[in-house]
Amino acid sequence: MEAVSNFLASDLFYRFRKSPVAVVAFIVTALLVLSALFAPLIAPQNPFDAGSLNLMNGFSKPGEPNQFTDETFILGTDDQGRDVFSTILYGLRISLFVGFSAVMFAMVLGSVLGLVAGYTGGRTDTIIMRIADIQLTFPAILVALLIFGIAKGITPPSYRNEVAIWVLILAIGLSDWVQFARVVRGATLVERNKEYVQAAKLIGRKPMAIMLKHILPNTLGPVLVIATISLALAIIAEATLSFLGVGAPPTQPSLGTLIRIGQGFLFSGEYWILLYPALTLLALALSVNLLGDWLRDALNPKLK
Amino acid sequence: MLAYVIRRVFQSIFVLLMVGLVAFSMFRFVGDPVENLLGQERTQADIERVRDQLGLNDSFPVQYVKFLGNAVQGNFGISYRQGRQVSEIIAERAPATLELAGVSAFFAVVLGVGLGVFTAIRRDGFMANIIMTTSLIGVSLPTFLIGILLIYVFAVELGWLPSFGRGETVKIGWWSTGFLTESGLKAIILPAITLGLYQMTLIMRLVRAEMLEVLRTDYIKFARARGLSKRAINFGHALKNTLVPVITVTGLQIGSIIAFAIITETVFQWPGVGLLFINAIQFVDIPVMAAYLMLISVMFVLINLIVDLLYFVIDPRLSADASTRGH
Repeated sequence: MEAVSNFLASDLFYRFRKSPVAVVAFIVTALLVLSALFAPLIAPQNPFDAGSLNLMNGFSKPGEPNQFTDETFILGTDDQGRDVFSTILYGLRISLFVGFSAVMFAMVLGSVLGLVAGYTGGRTDTIIMRIADIQLTFPAILVALLIFGIAKGITPPSYRNEVAIWVLILAIGLSDWVQFARVVRGATLVERNKEYVQAAKLIGRKPMAIMLKHILPNTLGPVLVIATISLALAIIAEATLSFLGVGAPPTQPSLGTLIRIGQGFLFSGEYWILLYPALTLLALALSVNLLGDWLRDALNPKLK
Repeated sequence: MLAYVIRRVFQSIFVLLMVGLVAFSMFRFVGDPVENLLGQERTQADIERVRDQLGLNDSFPVQYVKFLGNAVQGNFGISYRQGRQVSEIIAERAPATLELAGVSAFFAVVLGVGLGVFTAIRRDGFMANIIMTTSLIGVSLPTFLIGILLIYVFAVELGWLPSFGRGETVKIGWWSTGFLTESGLKAIILPAITLGLYQMTLIMRLVRAEMLEVLRTDYIKFARARGLSKRAINFGHALKNTLVPVITVTGLQIGSIIAFAIITETVFQWPGVGLLFINAIQFVDIPVMAAYLMLISVMFVLINLIVDLLYFVIDPRLSADASTRGH
């Protein structure tokens, strides 16, 4: 309880309340995350359970009763009679899962490497940061595509669909660790010369404990900001890869896969199969992005 | 300065060697090249012959050196899927991507600088505000959605422009160009806008920010006091001094234009190298992937190097600094 009241009285929460953009962005993000979490409860049908689909419902217009079955779907149906609203909820689930996991992976990997590079210095530092520099020369999406391609080549064809989601997380995560490593390394270089670290060294704590228990907690502010902005980028990267046909498989469609499928109906006039997943992706990416921007400004001591 | 140039060149070569190692390891360890080339019906003798041909019996370092030697000569082996020389396939596809990237970069630079100057001079104007707000939306839209949106408006609803492909092309030597036919020119408009939009907004925002800074300086005030024309001040004095950061960003963005061409080419089914790469990933065509990786790296490294060296040409103050600091 104390933690909650402390937070409500904090500077950060005050700034949050005073920024209408942040509040709206937070509400939209929270709504989308909640509806993804509870998708099985909210969705009118399970779009991947072939038994609950009726082909006669195909191409129902949004909000109008179907001409054969008289059923109504708020956002219409696709060619196989799948409710677009339900596929969006399930797609959102996969997009968010991949986005969150990829950022988590990048955050852990990048922070650990940054911490080690900054604390040990010398050759380890040079090697890690040189690799980071080389990777930074290339756009993240290219790196992710390459990792995805290599992973696909290594896994036997029969497993490819099953592991596709994990490969996607690995590819996006590996393409994104550099930002974290750079920031944590920078902060570590500053922290390691401070007195509390010297004191910890003097009482004989091991380097591992100093890095994780003393230095790491002091670098978390900027890491949190980068994580939020990375989340928006990871969601867009996932959508892009899936749109390119190298991401989530058709059996587990993410928002990007849905947009890819919907693009095929653009010319025949069934706009809703494309439009609603695209709008959902946009709302998600935009609100997470705005939240990240706000957090960056709010946690920046120079702007206070 | 010479020492700096030499160090940068060595760094670039090191990066290329590393990328070469990645490309080579892909070729060597992802999937079995022999199996991919020979297919199901093969004899032990065939396998031995191909292993020997590909040099797979040599030691790892020897193979790596041979691979680099071949790559320098433009020989990347044979595509698993198409059974043709990879260099041949890429040479066939390269004009499409280069033309698209060229038009996009031109569009991004000309419009970006123009709109940047405009929004900086009229910083509180109605039009300038509209342009700035629109650009914010443009930055947050993923590339493929912009492409789909443009297709929907200009190809489906209005029917003015084609939604896919390159139109008719004319061959000049080995280069096939779409610039000489009406359908080719029409076909390049939508993909070029899709590809260049992000870079355009980036350049525009940068030019605007730099211009606003420069317009506040004393020498601009002095130029106004001397009674110079607005045009001479804005373009001759202000814009010129914003160029260093603009050239850096533009140079680096040319690299991303070529990388992001992958997405645009997929949306518009543009028959370029990016589409080739995506297909190679889908079918695990390792030689094509390795060749694309090497080519893109050479391009990125060269652009980075040129941008770094351009600083010295544009801004004489930098080389003075570097020599006093002992670089």
